[in-house]
Amino acid sequence: MSAALRLQGLCKSYGALKVSDGVDLAIEPGEFRAVIGPNGAGKTTLVHQVSGLARHDSGRILLDGRDIGALAMPDRVRLGLARSFQVTSILPGFTVRDNVALAVQARSGSSFRFWRDAAREPELNEPAAELLARFGLAHRAELPAGLLSYGEKRQLELAVALATRPRLLLLDEPLAGTSHAESREVVERLQALRGSLTILLVEHDMEAVFALADRVSVLVYGRVIATGTPDQIRADPEVRAAYLGEEAA
Amino acid sequence: MSARLRGTLLPVSLFLALALVPVFAKLGPESFILAIATRLVILALAAMSLDLLIGYGGLVSFGHAAFLGIGAYAVGILSSHGIDDALLQLAAALAGAALFGLLTGLIALRTEGVYFIMITLAFGQMLFFLATSLAAYGGDDGMTLSSRSQILGHDLLRSDAALYGLSLGALLLCYLLCRRLTASRFGRVLSGTRENRTRMEAIGFQPFRFQLVAYVMAGLIAGLAGFLFANQTGFVSPATMSWQRSGDLIFMVVLGGVGTLHGAVAGAAAFLLLEEVLSHWTEHWRILFGPLLVLAVLFARGGIAGLVGGRRG
Repeated sequence: MSAALRLQGLCKSYGALKVSDGVDLAIEPGEFRAVIGPNGAGKTTLVHQVSGLARHDSGRILLDGRDIGALAMPDRVRLGLARSFQVTSILPGFTVRDNVALAVQARSGSSFRFWRDAAREPELNEPAAELLARFGLAHRAELPAGLLSYGEKRQLELAVALATRPRLLLLDEPLAGTSHAESREVVERLQALRGSLTILLVEHDMEAVFALADRVSVLVYGRVIATGTPDQIRADPEVRAAYLGEEAA
Repeated sequence: MSARLRGTLLPVSLFLALALVPVFAKLGPESFILAIATRLVILALAAMSLDLLIGYGGLVSFGHAAFLGIGAYAVGILSSHGIDDALLQLAAALAGAALFGLLTGLIALRTEGVYFIMITLAFGQMLFFLATSLAAYGGDDGMTLSSRSQILGHDLLRSDAALYGLSLGALLLCYLLCRRLTASRFGRVLSGTRENRTRMEAIGFQPFRFQLVAYVMAGLIAGLAGFLFANQTGFVSPATMSWQRSGDLIFMVVLGGVGTLHGAVAGAAAFLLLEEVLSHWTEHWRILFGPLLVLAVLFARGGIAGLVGGRRG
């Protein structure tokens, strides 16, 4: 059975610190998987390794059965992987539309075109406009992205990730730092994406995780200690002791 | 005035003023005025190509004069062997610039920030010392050209006005090309990389390839400038590609306004006029020159183009 994303014995150390200590994970096509864990559990590093921003020391990363562990980040993106960043990563001097249009451009023909005005290419602007409308940013299209509110930047980052038409979307704490209202909006957008592509969500916000995920994996000290439905995870005594217990205490 | 109109006001008036130079030159010491104006246009061309790297690519090259030197030496070396055909010399200048750009770019573009500055400076200095060691071509002293380049066997460039016209035509053509280039798909990837390289990689671009192409293109334009430069001065020497010259080019780009293209033209004009005026007052004119740049950077962050308005995003 071929998983959309399979991690086998993924290890990474920074000096003596093992941030990934034999991570095994299999995510089915179309699944919405959340990874939770206390601070320092290695969640972000896991996203970095899968996306190619950081290199793993050993183990395998299989995207649709293909080992992508040796590929650089742009090559992995071309195979259908996209990600968001915990610290918002956009092009602040580009307009909101051009942020998305550039991501469309990455998947639409060659970018070694030197003559035609890219700002007037409908094949870039139309998909961009569609995505901006979906993420409630249509009225901001002409604004430099750096001037957006924090919540809007989080939305823009999701739109940019989707513009590359990924099969697997990695979300690194998309709710980090958002207000209650903003976070509710992001959760709604993610809810709407459910089923259309495979999603790996790394998140701190328990309420959001249990509302969104089909299955939840718990990462503690670089190891997956449990995987199950939200209900199973809530009830798991080991998880409660290692993680949820912290909040109950 | 709309931003778009303001954005075109400065370039249009700059090129109009440059086009009128031959007319007004007739009223004064013609060859002197044309010589300065030709020098201005050629250095503007080199500075504009550097702005492509600094302003759009975020790549501060401190060795850009090397390309100027390659273009000039292509003329000098070929003409010393009796080959004075402009097309052959130009082809050699461009081929040399492209090759040097490709080889040094492959290495330099693996670094960023201050390391990129230092490594481009190092490559520039390597070429400078190579030129000083070319005893057959004048070594330290350089060499004087016997004549200007011939076009299809005719000495068309002998007239100062013709050389000026050719240089201005080259500047205008390259300016229009660069405007298209920076607004194209390619240009957007280049600018996007300047703003946030990781973001560009995360949407699937390999910035290195785009930067390398931009680096070679900028080198080609500066190589063309070098070809014209040799014809204007009638003399080729290692000083053409000294690191001070690379610094002057950065100065022009910053003074004129980074990331505007026409700013580099305004910057070159301001640079040469200041040099002309200040060097009449004192031979230590650079002592006055330095503080002026400091003031320009402190109080006019967008340079001359920024003061006039309509800076493009």
